Amino acid sequence: MRKYLHVIRVALQNTLVYRVNFLCRAVFALVPMLATILLWRAVFASNPDQEQVAGYTLGAMTSYYLLILVVDALTAVTEDDWQIAADIREGRISQFLLKPIDYLTYRLCLFVAGRLVYTATAAVPAVGFILLLREHFVWPADGLTWAAFGLSLVMTGLLQFLISYTMALLAFWLLEISTFVFILFAFEYLAGGHLFPIDILPPAIAGALYWTPFPYQLYFPVSIYLGRVEGAAMWRGLAIQAGWVVLTYGLARWVWRRGIRHYEAAGG
Amino acid sequence: MKPELTMAVRTGGDAETLAARARRLVRVYALLLRNSIIREMNFKVNFLLWLVVELLWFALQLVFVAVIYEHTDRIATWSKYEVVLLVGTHHFIQQIFNAFLLNNCVQLSELVRTGKLDFLLLLPVNTRFLVSVKQFDPGGLVNAGTAVAVIVYALRQLGLWPTPAQIVGFLLLCLAGLLVHYAVMFGLASISFWTVRAEGIVWGYYNLFNIARLPDAAFRRGWFKLVFTYALPLLLVANVPAKVLAQKLGSPWEMLLLVVMAAACHAISAWVWRVSVRHYTSASS
Repeated sequence: MRKYLHVIRVALQNTLVYRVNFLCRAVFALVPMLATILLWRAVFASNPDQEQVAGYTLGAMTSYYLLILVVDALTAVTEDDWQIAADIREGRISQFLLKPIDYLTYRLCLFVAGRLVYTATAAVPAVGFILLLREHFVWPADGLTWAAFGLSLVMTGLLQFLISYTMALLAFWLLEISTFVFILFAFEYLAGGHLFPIDILPPAIAGALYWTPFPYQLYFPVSIYLGRVEGAAMWRGLAIQAGWVVLTYGLARWVWRRGIRHYEAAGG
Repeated sequence: MKPELTMAVRTGGDAETLAARARRLVRVYALLLRNSIIREMNFKVNFLLWLVVELLWFALQLVFVAVIYEHTDRIATWSKYEVVLLVGTHHFIQQIFNAFLLNNCVQLSELVRTGKLDFLLLLPVNTRFLVSVKQFDPGGLVNAGTAVAVIVYALRQLGLWPTPAQIVGFLLLCLAGLLVHYAVMFGLASISFWTVRAEGIVWGYYNLFNIARLPDAAFRRGWFKLVFTYALPLLLVANVPAKVLAQKLGSPWEMLLLVVMAAACHAISAWVWRVSVRHYTSASS
C-alpha cells in the first residue's frame, strides 16, 4: 500500500507543474457553461406565466449546471486514456510487467492525484462563478443526502476511470483509439446529462437510460444532490451504479489479461 | 517537402505580375491539396470513423435543440426551426474551417517548438499562406455537406425559399464568419512564438466556438453579449448569415457589423503574426 501512496505523492508534484494549463482549461470550460445557463434563462423569460419549465425552476436549472461543473471537475478523465494508450503503443508498460506494481492501481493513483490538482485549480474560477450566481445555488436537503451524494460521487469517479481505462486498452489491438473514445464520449455527453438534465426527456427514454452506465458517469450524483431522486429510487440508483462499477472493473481486468497476451512490447 | 511542391514554389521571381503570383499560389495550393488527400486516403477506416464522430456530435446539438423546444415554443424571438437553421449554419462554418484551417492553426506551435518553421520561411511563398493552408482535411467538406442538408431541411420547415441574392449574401457572410474564426485562432496560435506551448489556448478558443451556435437574442443585454459581439464577435459569426436566410435581420447594419469586425480581427491578427515572426529565433538545429 505504501508504494501506491508514494505514487500519488509523486504524481501530485508532477501534475502541479501543469496548474496554469489546468486553470486555462477550467476558465475556457466555464464560458460555454455560462452560455448554456443564460440560454435557459432566456427560455424561462420566454415563458413568464410558468414558474417551472420541464419540472425545473430557474434556480434548480442554474444549480444543475453549476453542479455538473463541480462533479465534472472532480471525476472526469482528461489525459489518462491518451497516456495509457501511448504507454501501450510505445511499449512503456513492459516495466510494469516486471515490477511488483499493478498497472490498474497505478493508473488509478495517477487519476486521483490529477483530479485533486485539477479540482483545486478549477475551484478558483468555479467558486467565483458560484458566488456570482449564489442566489440560484441550492444546498442538499439533509445529512443523508450529503452522504449519498458523496458515495455516488466516488463511484462516479471510479466508473469514469474504469470505462476510460478499458477503452484505452483497445490500444493493444488498434493503433488509433481516439475515434472510439470520441464516439463513446458523445454518448456520455448526451446520456450523462452534460447537455441537459436527463429527467426532462420523455419518461420512457429517461427510464431506459437509467439502466445504461452513462447517467452514473455524471448525472446521478447531481440528481441526488438536488433532491430529484429520493428514497427507494435513490437506493436503487446507487445499487445500479455499484453494479456498473463492479462490472466495468471485471471488464477492465479481463481486457487487460487478453491484451497482455497480445502485447508485443513495441520499442520497449 | 515533396520535390514537386518545391518546384512549383521555386518558379517565382522578383518581377512577377500579380496574376502570375495568383496563378502560382493556386498551383502550390493544388499540390498541397493533392498531398493531403493522398495522405488521408492511407487511413480509410480512420477517415470514415471521424465522419461518424462529427456526425454524432452534430446530431447531439440538434437533439439539444429538440429537447429544449419540447418545453418551450420560443427562445426570445427564435422559433425551433430558426434555431435548427442557426445550428446548421454554425456547423457549416465550423466544418469548412476544420477542412482548410484548423489543423494548421493547431500545428503552428509545434512548427515553432521544433524549428521546422525555418524550412517554410525559406520558401519563396508567403509564409502565412503556407502555414495556414498546408494541410487539408477532406472530411470537413463531407461534414459541411450534412450541415447544408440540415439548413435546407430547416428552410423547408419554415416554408422559406431563399432568393439567389440571399444565398450569395449567406455565403459571403459565412466567409466573413470564417475569417473571424481564422483570424482569432491564428492570432492566438502566434502566441506560441513567446510561450512555446500554445495548443491549450488554441483548443480553448475552439471550445468557445460553441457560443456561436446560440441565438443572439437569448442574450438581450449585459456584458456577455457585449463581449461576444464587440470584443470576440462569436455571436455574429453564424447568427448574421442564418438571419439572412431566415429573414430575421433587425437591420442591414448587422451585416455591416460582421464584415467590419471580420476585417478588424484580421488586421489585428496580421499585426500579431508580423510581430511574432520578427521575434522568431528558431530552435536549435
